[in-house]
Amino acid sequence: MTHFPILSLLTFLPLVGAVFILTIRGEEIVVNRNARHVALWTSLINFLLSLFIWVNFDPTTADYQFVESAQWMPAFNIHYKMGIDGITMLFVLLTTLLTPLCVLASWENITVRVKEFMISFLVLETFMIGMFCAMDMVVFYIFFEAVLIPMFLIIGVWGGPRRVYASFKFFLYTLLGSVMMLLAIMAMYFYAGTTDILLLTAHRFPLDLQIWLWLAFFASFAVKIPMWPVHTWLPDAHVEAPTAGSVVLAAVLLKFGGYGLLRFSLPMFPEASVMFTPLIYTLSIIAIIYTSLVALAQEDMKKLIAYSSVAHMGFVTIGAFTLTVQGIEGSIYQMLSHGIIAAALFLIVGVVYDRIHSRDISAYGGLVHKMPAYALIFMLFMLASVGLPGTAGFIGEFLILVGVFQVNTWVAALAATGLILGAAYMLYLYRRVIFGALTKESLAAIGDMNLREKAVFAPLVILVIWMGIYPMPFLDVMHVSVEHMIGQIETALQAGQAVHLAGQ
Amino acid sequence: MTLASIPNIIPTLPELFLALIIMALMMLGVFHKTGGKEDVKASRLISLLSVISLLLAILLVSTLSGGRLMTFSGMFVSDTFAVYCKVLVLIGSALAIVLSFRFQERHDMARFEYAILIVFATLGMMMMISANDLISLYVGLELQSLSLYVIAAFQRDDTRSTEAGLKYFVLGAVASGMLLYGASLIYGFTGVTNFDQLAKVFQDGHTAGVGVVFGIVFILAGLAFKVSAVPFHMWTPDVYEGAPTPVTAFFSVAPKIAALALLIRVMVGPFGELVEQWQQIVIFISIASMALGAFAAINQRNIKRLMAYSSIGHVGYALIGLCVGDEVGVRSVLIYLAIYLFMNIGVFACILNMRRDGAMVEGINDLAGMSRTHPMLAMALAILMFSMAGIPPFAGFFGKFYIFMGAIQAELYWLAVLGVLSSVVAAFYYIRIVQIVYFEEAGKPLDKSSSPELSFVITASGLFVAFFFVYPTPGLSAAAAAAASLFAG
Repeated sequence: MTHFPILSLLTFLPLVGAVFILTIRGEEIVVNRNARHVALWTSLINFLLSLFIWVNFDPTTADYQFVESAQWMPAFNIHYKMGIDGITMLFVLLTTLLTPLCVLASWENITVRVKEFMISFLVLETFMIGMFCAMDMVVFYIFFEAVLIPMFLIIGVWGGPRRVYASFKFFLYTLLGSVMMLLAIMAMYFYAGTTDILLLTAHRFPLDLQIWLWLAFFASFAVKIPMWPVHTWLPDAHVEAPTAGSVVLAAVLLKFGGYGLLRFSLPMFPEASVMFTPLIYTLSIIAIIYTSLVALAQEDMKKLIAYSSVAHMGFVTIGAFTLTVQGIEGSIYQMLSHGIIAAALFLIVGVVYDRIHSRDISAYGGLVHKMPAYALIFMLFMLASVGLPGTAGFIGEFLILVGVFQVNTWVAALAATGLILGAAYMLYLYRRVIFGALTKESLAAIGDMNLREKAVFAPLVILVIWMGIYPMPFLDVMHVSVEHMIGQIETALQAGQAVHLAGQ
Repeated sequence: MTLASIPNIIPTLPELFLALIIMALMMLGVFHKTGGKEDVKASRLISLLSVISLLLAILLVSTLSGGRLMTFSGMFVSDTFAVYCKVLVLIGSALAIVLSFRFQERHDMARFEYAILIVFATLGMMMMISANDLISLYVGLELQSLSLYVIAAFQRDDTRSTEAGLKYFVLGAVASGMLLYGASLIYGFTGVTNFDQLAKVFQDGHTAGVGVVFGIVFILAGLAFKVSAVPFHMWTPDVYEGAPTPVTAFFSVAPKIAALALLIRVMVGPFGELVEQWQQIVIFISIASMALGAFAAINQRNIKRLMAYSSIGHVGYALIGLCVGDEVGVRSVLIYLAIYLFMNIGVFACILNMRRDGAMVEGINDLAGMSRTHPMLAMALAILMFSMAGIPPFAGFFGKFYIFMGAIQAELYWLAVLGVLSSVVAAFYYIRIVQIVYFEEAGKPLDKSSSPELSFVITASGLFVAFFFVYPTPGLSAAAAAAASLFAG
């Protein structure tokens, strides 16, 4: 290790904050205030640190940067290894940006066990960043699964009425998926003798083994993304989780699956990936069309957004498996923009939920008369979610459709219907909540957003427009890494074909 | 008698030391004043002295590490494997006595025999671990078992405790009988009882006839009873529930470790050549134990019964390592046992803290709202439960990780898949405890903890479990050396 271990600092700084909060004692009000401040400042410092990393990040190389490596389990040849490339850089930024916003969003609506809530959130941030930075499969897996613990507590302790059911479903569903991946990791270790992600990517597994490994990884990532038909935990978890929990779930946790497919399934098992591409297309198309129709019928705002997440993640999986530069960059971009848009939409629901304590669409109507600023922000993110040009949502979906059109026009056509359906359910939602006459008595005294709430939305508004109008800074960061990855996959596929031909 | 005919006693020093200490302590107890307060005093003194002598025994054992020392005409062996397992057993026994310090006085069972019986059982376990002959195996096993039967029934005014003791005794006697019968079959068909000679007989191409296979099956059945593996597990929930809680804590760690160590030594030592014969049986026992441990615990409302089923499940995982049957497999079992020891003792220390108005409560719903009234205890319990469920980054995950790694390397894929699936099912009831502790509102709060020694045990095991991942190398290399020594000879 020749340089300062900045990635480890970035990963474990929130944990230090959590330990600090743990030691706070005294009266409850004082403890709560201090816990909130410590959490906010820790996560803000972490965000600045990640900005510093971004500035120093060299986008012209596909190599991993800021690499750290230390002996961990020498008997097993397993190292503690961290590093980031163009793909992970942006996800790390997304995580560090959203954590302070989540802390800020829970400033007033979390009133019980504030200390524990803030600890859970900081621990969650550590695990999320660690997962993106890990360069060793075992380290990756530990962070990947450890995320379940704080998220389980966040849903279960601070969630809604059916929180116990939702938290158990979330925990057991994702655990079931990831243990299969654990076995696959061990099998890879057995065949390749290492768990280093770089070395594993370079290793070529025989095709029959690849198929099993691919399926095991898919079991884990499909649940996380989530893909139809294993998506049913998501609406429950979203509905019951507190606002900040929903935000982080939609914005970061769902990306684990897409990230995993891009980082592991595609480059490590290229032949199996090509083989299973029709399966992915089919499941994604079903996800896009089916969940969009389901979203259209929802009466609960959070559930509607949860189903729209499943539909948007369907685009991500389609884009990733096109194996074209546009498709893969589009799917990464879609994940980032969905991270921001879904986060904002859940925060938007949270704003009115804090006031009325209802998520039913029918409880609202005509909010534009009382909450003009709210209506404006809602409109922006609603249109971004639909994919209006000029917003972040457009770029990702457009790139994905360009990518998939080169490969399979039918898939492109069917996926495009998702855009229409998306517009239908979002506009329908917006009309019912915002427009119309303000007739409900409970809404008569509702106030517009306060300064804290505006402060939460400000960075998201800036980003969603910036990413929609000038996406180059983000695309540049990932471009070289994506091209490098596609090059690797193509080489592996050609080599595989050569072996196949030689065999004949 | 010439000097040369006196056996070398150096390898047995720790055992001899403990045996002498037991006699001395017994004298001390017998000649101590009796009646009322004096009984309590005697029991306190002897408990303390027992813990100290167990710790001294750990020191003595560790001086023996390195090299394979045999004595008593090859009936007793001390190798790195034995040292490793003995240290674990001694730690488990010492912690079990520590856990019972205050419990004895509170529950009118403050009699000096308690600690002495535990040390007696420990001595038996050390004999088992070092046994290198079917006869010394049986003697060690019986010394252990007879002491355990008495300890289970130690709370003699309590019908549940006496029932547990009796049940354990009757079923345990049957198991011992089976084991003995198996040993006699082996002797009848091979003509030897010494492990090294047995191994040589099979290496020289002695075909494993029906008689030998039957013998192995009977020995396996007897030992499976001692480690409470399915289908010989029936006694476990009743005995765990009925026995006094510190005794349950003791039962769930030390005898299990000793019996598993013995099982490993017997299977890979004398019968190492007959892997094909016994592997399928162990695979079946392992799968059945994991599945039963996972499914049967779901409906338990009593935390001690729940822990009984959980321990059955854990034995199932440990047995996966034995199915693998090579050095990697044994190493993983040894790591697993060490982690299991600290996790389990920690959980039982938490259970011992569950009192309301001075009386023990055992329902899992009594834990409701503990996170409000006992935040640190709740956190420790949650960490221990997540660890039991095998969620990273806690120690329990690494235990399972090494076990499954061994299974994958041995290409026992289906075993590994069934193992992880049952671990997901088992995760359900572990996280349900977390749910009750954290999500439920408190009814009547539990008493404040008043035992510094319990807090110490909980803190120590909580820290071990939470931070095992930081530097796992010492544990790994110790287990690796122990496993290597078993295959060197």
